[in-house]
Amino acid sequence: MAAVLEVRDLSKAFGGIRAVDGVSFAVHEGEILGLIGPNGSGKSTLFNCILGQLAPSSGEVRVDGRPITGTRPCDLNRLGIGRTFQLLQVFPQLSLRENLLLAGQEHQGTMWSRLLGPADAGLSAAAERMLEFFRLRALADEPAGALSYGQQKLLDVAMAFMAGPRLVLLDEPAGGVNLTMLADLRERLRAINAAQKATFVVIEHNMDFVMSLCTRILVLAEGRIIAEGAPAEIRNDRRVIDAYLGH
Amino acid sequence: MKNQGPSLILLLAAAVLVAAPFGLKPYGIYLLSLWAVMTIAAIGLNLTLGYAGQISLAQASFVGIGAYAAALLTTHGWSLGSALLVAIVLCFATGWLLGYPALRVAHHYLAFVTLSFSTLVYLVLRNEEWLTKGVYGISGIPRPTLLGWSTKAPLDFYFFCLGALALTALGAWWLIRSPWGRAFTALRENPLRASSLGIDTRRYTLMAFAVGSALGGVAGTLYAPLVQFIEPNAFALGLSFNLLLMVIVGGAGRFFGPFLGAAVSVLLPEWLRFSEGLYLICYAVFVMVLLAFCPAGLLGLGERLRRSWPPSSKSAT
Repeated sequence: MAAVLEVRDLSKAFGGIRAVDGVSFAVHEGEILGLIGPNGSGKSTLFNCILGQLAPSSGEVRVDGRPITGTRPCDLNRLGIGRTFQLLQVFPQLSLRENLLLAGQEHQGTMWSRLLGPADAGLSAAAERMLEFFRLRALADEPAGALSYGQQKLLDVAMAFMAGPRLVLLDEPAGGVNLTMLADLRERLRAINAAQKATFVVIEHNMDFVMSLCTRILVLAEGRIIAEGAPAEIRNDRRVIDAYLGH
Repeated sequence: MKNQGPSLILLLAAAVLVAAPFGLKPYGIYLLSLWAVMTIAAIGLNLTLGYAGQISLAQASFVGIGAYAAALLTTHGWSLGSALLVAIVLCFATGWLLGYPALRVAHHYLAFVTLSFSTLVYLVLRNEEWLTKGVYGISGIPRPTLLGWSTKAPLDFYFFCLGALALTALGAWWLIRSPWGRAFTALRENPLRASSLGIDTRRYTLMAFAVGSALGGVAGTLYAPLVQFIEPNAFALGLSFNLLLMVIVGGAGRFFGPFLGAAVSVLLPEWLRFSEGLYLICYAVFVMVLLAFCPAGLLGLGERLRRSWPPSSKSAT
């Protein structure tokens, strides 16, 4: 089975600090890979290097076997790679519907056809379905900034899926989301994973969430992968417990 | 459930604009025409600044480029229509180039870059006498005849400007509600997230500058036959600041902001003339008070009043 995402010997140094230090892993189609590790272990830096927000010091990233190192974030997105950020990133002054239209519009036609075509870029029905799917329908015309934190987080995730990506990198999707909504979010992610064969990489600190969602987990500490395996294995891994407890 | 209020106000405003010049002296009609022309330039700046969030202190330069293109070409026998095309292409291309610094710097740094561009254009207009006749300016700029309709008289030319404004407003409205408008807003609010959603922030930034500048050029093409005599000082930094003021006083990032802002900037000083020497001071105080208490401009003020009236009619669930 071909790897959707392949990271080879990736490193990123900030001055003398090696935030990411020779990381290699592969993610296969349809997989939900968890990426855990203590604060400052390099998880978000790794994401940013994969997604073109940061230039890696060395190493290579391949998507479907094609090297993508150095590709601009907007071009990566148009190749079918979505992401969410650790901190909430919605457009607070736009309505929920507008946020979703925005998230999908660049995948429709060309720049000129978007200017001359309909205002919704032909995405109204898709946005409506997405609102329904994430149970945000009732809030569709509210400005995103007026929503509760948890609802904005759902919108943030919904936006990442608007263009039907095949690979999505989620940076702490559960952070700040209450328990009821969390179970909901997990079900939504599972459903999309099953229906669209979408592949996910999830950074998360909420262990229950990550253990119940992911099929495989990587543990990062001080920029290196220290353990890899199924959730049950990771839960009992001595090295992982040590890394979290700071030994 | 559809709210009829806005379209009614719009209709009323259009009727007022059509009826306004009748009974006015030529100077009053000139002011109304100037308002229409400046509104077009401010609509352009509102796209660049209000929607896409890119500050520019060079809008007057594009009005200048448009005005000189129109003056030079129409005094050499070209039609105003072809001059308009030349001005649009010239300003679009120059605006696109001016957008490049915006990819590297933002906010006040970008303001300084555009400020130097503005100075550069002024110096070219003043010193390249072989082309622009320098400080002597260009006079005798003809007003166009449109399908047999001569716009020579002030009233006719006002309606010509009003028509141009209506077309420009329609185009801008289309653009703002299209995916481009949404992308411009995304550019202003969060470029990092925008790029992760596939929005080519580089291309849209350049486009925001180019389209905004092109509208400055359109305004210039109308300005030249309106005043019929142009010289470099009209397009110096003062006008750029004035246009910036129009956008901000009206309400940056709001469609009707430039209309109101230009009205304040063009008409208010005239109405305040009764106070003789004090009128500029009154005008300055008005602007300062408005911006201190309502940074979102006149339209922002209107929205605030409407929200608080009637008191607490709507609660979010």
